[in-house]
Amino acid sequence: MTRPTRVEVNCTTGETSIIELTDAEIAANEAAALAAADQREAAEAEAAAVAAAKAAGQAKLAALGLTAEEIAALIK
Amino acid sequence: MANTYTLIEAQTLASSAASVTFSAIPATYTDLVLRVSVRRDASGRQDLRLAVNGSTSDGSNTWLQGSGAAATSGTSTAQYVRINNIVPSTAETASTFGSAEFYLPSYLASANKPISGFGVGENNATTAYIGAVASLYSQTTAISSLVLSLATGSFDIGSSFYLYGIKNS
Repeated sequence: MTRPTRVEVNCTTGETSIIELTDAEIAANEAAALAAADQREAAEAEAAAVAAAKAAGQAKLAALGLTAEEIAALIK
Repeated sequence: MANTYTLIEAQTLASSAASVTFSAIPATYTDLVLRVSVRRDASGRQDLRLAVNGSTSDGSNTWLQGSGAAATSGTSTAQYVRINNIVPSTAETASTFGSAEFYLPSYLASANKPISGFGVGENNATTAYIGAVASLYSQTTAISSLVLSLATGSFDIGSSFYLYGIKNS
């Protein structure tokens, strides 16, 4: 399998280098990916919970007899 | 107000790369602007990450993202500067790229530095992301290198990166 590379551009000399990642860099990337996935999942779960609560609230209002227009006016 | 805008360096990838580094940034400007057009070379949209002076743990972020279905926001500490979800992948529409800009004012100042970022993904489907981040980079050394990477995987061929310097006189 091809080892991942990184590109480095020296802004003083203009030289561009393509460098293979070290084992430590690959391991660090994998750890960071896990941490990022955890954070994203937490944020998306929170957003989904808010959306579900909103939908449940709207359903309860509808069950009380409010029209869709009345519900929309209430939650604006 | 800045009155110059100079291209320092540009890089367009001819092969995929896990990261792109701008090193030895000249200490001759007032502010820096980093503009990118990026895509991942595998499946799964990604966050765009910026590491400053090699540090991956000195950014404190307040972030905002919208997917077309939901808007979320939050904070994170001891992080890269990061714009969430804006890098399209092979799971998104072919040949689409996300666009982003980071602004780094007073990059030579001997003080902690604010960094702002804004980006949009591209996808011909219901879900496509827009994101923004306000970050404080907690190091007082002048900024001399910037590293762009994804949370996982590599940038695709054709991804491009432009670093500009701005002077206020």
